[in-house]
Amino acid sequence: MLSSESLAKIDLEIGNYPAEHKEAAVMAALRIVQEEQGWLSGETIRDIATYLEIPPIRAYEVATFYSMYELEETGRHRIEVCTNISCMLRGSDGVVSHIEERLGIKVGETTADGRYTLREVECLGACVGAPMMQVGNGYYEKLTTESIDAILDGLE
Amino acid sequence: MAQIELNGQQLEVQDNQMLIQVADAAGVYIPRFCYHEKLSVSANCRMCLVEVEGAPKPLPACATPVTDGMKVKTRSAIARDAQQGTMEFLLINHPLDCPICDQGGECPLQDQAVSYGKDNSRYHEEKRAVSSPDIGPLVATAMTRCIHCTRCVRFGEELAGIMEMGAAGRGDHTSIGTYLGETIESELSGNMIDLCPVGALTSKPSRFSARSWELLSHNSIAPHDCLGSNLKVQTLRNKVIRVLSSENERINECWLSDRDRFSFEAISGNDRLMTPMVREQGRWRSVDWHGALEFAVEGLRRVIAKQGAESIGALISASSTLEEAYLCQKLIRGLGSHNVDHRLQQQDFRDDQLDQPPPGLGRSIASLESVKAALLVGSNIRKEQPLLGLRLRKAVLGGAEVASISALDYAFNFSLRFNQMDAPSAMPKKLAEVAAAVAKAKGVAVPEPVEQLLDSNGISGEADEIAEMLLKGGQDGAVILGFGALSHPRAATLKMLAHWISELTGASFGLLDRGNSAGATLAGSLPLHQQSESNPAGLNAKEMVREKLAGYLLFGVEPELDSLEQSAAQEAMVKADFVISINPYSSAGREYADVILPSAAFTETSGTHLNCEHQLQSFEGAVEPPGDARPGWKILRVMANMLDIDGFDFISSEEVLEEVKAGDRGTTGAQLPDWELIAGDKPRVIQDQRLESVNEISPYRLDSTLRRAESLQITRDNQLSKVSMSSPEMERLGIEENRAVVISGIGGRVSLPIISDQRVPAGCIHIPLATEEGQVLGGSSFVTLEID
Ligand code: SF4
Ligand code: FES
Ligand code: FES
Repeated sequence: MLSSESLAKIDLEIGNYPAEHKEAAVMAALRIVQEEQGWLSGETIRDIATYLEIPPIRAYEVATFYSMYELEETGRHRIEVCTNISCMLRGSDGVVSHIEERLGIKVGETTADGRYTLREVECLGACVGAPMMQVGNGYYEKLTTESIDAILDGLE
Repeated sequence: MAQIELNGQQLEVQDNQMLIQVADAAGVYIPRFCYHEKLSVSANCRMCLVEVEGAPKPLPACATPVTDGMKVKTRSAIARDAQQGTMEFLLINHPLDCPICDQGGECPLQDQAVSYGKDNSRYHEEKRAVSSPDIGPLVATAMTRCIHCTRCVRFGEELAGIMEMGAAGRGDHTSIGTYLGETIESELSGNMIDLCPVGALTSKPSRFSARSWELLSHNSIAPHDCLGSNLKVQTLRNKVIRVLSSENERINECWLSDRDRFSFEAISGNDRLMTPMVREQGRWRSVDWHGALEFAVEGLRRVIAKQGAESIGALISASSTLEEAYLCQKLIRGLGSHNVDHRLQQQDFRDDQLDQPPPGLGRSIASLESVKAALLVGSNIRKEQPLLGLRLRKAVLGGAEVASISALDYAFNFSLRFNQMDAPSAMPKKLAEVAAAVAKAKGVAVPEPVEQLLDSNGISGEADEIAEMLLKGGQDGAVILGFGALSHPRAATLKMLAHWISELTGASFGLLDRGNSAGATLAGSLPLHQQSESNPAGLNAKEMVREKLAGYLLFGVEPELDSLEQSAAQEAMVKADFVISINPYSSAGREYADVILPSAAFTETSGTHLNCEHQLQSFEGAVEPPGDARPGWKILRVMANMLDIDGFDFISSEEVLEEVKAGDRGTTGAQLPDWELIAGDKPRVIQDQRLESVNEISPYRLDSTLRRAESLQITRDNQLSKVSMSSPEMERLGIEENRAVVISGIGGRVSLPIISDQRVPAGCIHIPLATEEGQVLGGSSFVTLEID
């Protein structure tokens, strides 16, 4: 079930396109619902498709095409460490191993309490501040062991 | 027009064509995977790269329009190099499992790998593996073989009209499948098997049963709908392994419905009767043909001696060949009876005395694609006549407008401009409103019987709009009646109104009946055929089962399922003194027949079908019937000879056809509409307390063969055949989902669970016909419910 708040936001997006092209709002709709629910379940994608009057597989194609749509439940905080070339040269391996140690999980895993998910990602375009990571919507650059601890301590 | 040079050859070609089309027409082969002439261009496989002079790099021929002065080389070093490169990439992740792949031997990838591939691979890394979802009983998947051409996806989206397959993921993680592994619902899904250029989608019912090069291919004609789709029946050691479509632009193009493609399973299945059987003192015994026919002939003679020839009747399957239907009625008439009919699911015969042409579309099949307006009356064209549905869908995509007057909210794969869904008893009124609106617009007087059908509200605004739509469509309009109209208690009224509408608007008039009904009509398998002093009218199918005759000749039918009056038919068969059942299946008629004669199924006999374009299409048998089974026309011929009936000296089915053609007088007498015949019709009377039943039959339960085709039986389409009502109606009556209630009708009382179905109108109940549940109806339109 999509909440009325989400539907209101989706309607706004639909309004950006010609009336007979409701489906154009599919990316925005997926994002809006993901922001609210944390991830996109099969049922949720079907609901979005139904609302936009497209076949569910059509919405699913979009949801699976972009890696930023979450199709599985994740921890409350998604910690995404860049391990691409610039960050790697500036010590991203150490960043990953420090977080792994601190949280007691490996890359790709979620902590048992459902708080954190740790992932490796490719270049996020912030090479100037390497090594860097993204947590939720925030970028954290020039990471050190201390700053990482401080950032993680700051997350509820 | 454009002048191009193709491999040095000068060609004058149409503008707006793609290079690949021009090359195909000129007989120059360009390799391809994703391009298909009936699908949109997606240009994603890159196999068709060719060299175009002046272009910096090779261009895809399927997506490059011709321009004047273009110089194209399809086999130059640059082109070959590009094609070989593409092939090498395609093969990187393709498994080397051709020896166990059903596509092996007829695989475009295999063939093109031989022509354009290298002799060994430079790729030594790990190959990709993709899991294969179960997408239903008809299509088997092996998705590791998929090359992502998206033909299957485009077919669903563009032709079948429901996008069920899709491409999830991206890059080398792309995988083709259904939404969360759901099963496919389309009535045309088998075409994806033909389209798939690799072995990713193959036929489940035919899986692992033969290699393609071992198969013998025979041309044939499909028996289950009124199109007469052209088939290739492919056999191995006298067994039908699979059925494919045979291209015929006029009829089925390159497509085939799942029904026609997979019904062969029953024929190759194990419910086939191998020897004639007779019942003596309640025990079944196999006998030889002579013994069985003597037994049958004696039985008939006994009945005639005791109760007269008029106490014998023949019920003929609408899937029979023209020849079978002709001989069957000739035999019955030769005995002195005129009780013969193939219309087991009709209940209104008031217009029988009119001399009507065989049912048909009233226009060419291909022209349905370009109609501008259509009025569907009780027609679920999509499921009843899948390939006509496909043509009409194309028309709608091209801007045609469609109105539907029906008693079920059919899930069409095209949009309706007007959807007048209401209880069956409201259909005549709704159609009368349209007729009256058309008449009003044309300034024609409305005949009294039509006037009578309208209620005090007169003509609705929507009826006026439908009339306007049809008038605008003119000759590019089509009025089409389907099963919901033909099986309607007031079918004659609907036919006359629809006919009148088509006359006034210039639209074509189409009656889309099942199978070879048109052929059976031409063959005279009707109680009133070419009536004369010496050939009086007999009983129709409904009267035959109601009046409980002493003897029945059943040709390919199981009346307890095929008749609209299932329970009456069952009773009539059990009560009869003598029943002869001629059919291919061992389990048919066991309960009540006295003799069962094993006949050839549709791929095993020669014969002719008359399609909805009134085109006669003859075919040969593809395989020998199993055991002692014999072609139906031969059984009837020998039986008639043994009964000393004259005029049965045919030595081939062609001779039978010649006789039918010679005897065809066309239609001469009075035609539709004849208002006198429906003069008594009253406007709808609403009956309290009783629920009106909506007639529907699953597309996969239409005849004995389909009911035995196992894979079709477990499709989603067939699962829908449950007793259902709309949810507001269930709420009103206080019935929860799946709750069992006692339903009583003329046919008895049964306790059945009810499910909700939005397609059913208020005040109605949907009880699927040709099922055990259907028995309760007993041919009546009303049932009552008791909730305990
Ligand atoms: S399954 Fe077959 S038709 Fe569909 S995309 Fe893959 S290769 Fe093409
Ligand atoms: S490489 Fe890490 S942000 Fe670019
Ligand atoms: S056939 Fe042209 S790109 Fe596939």
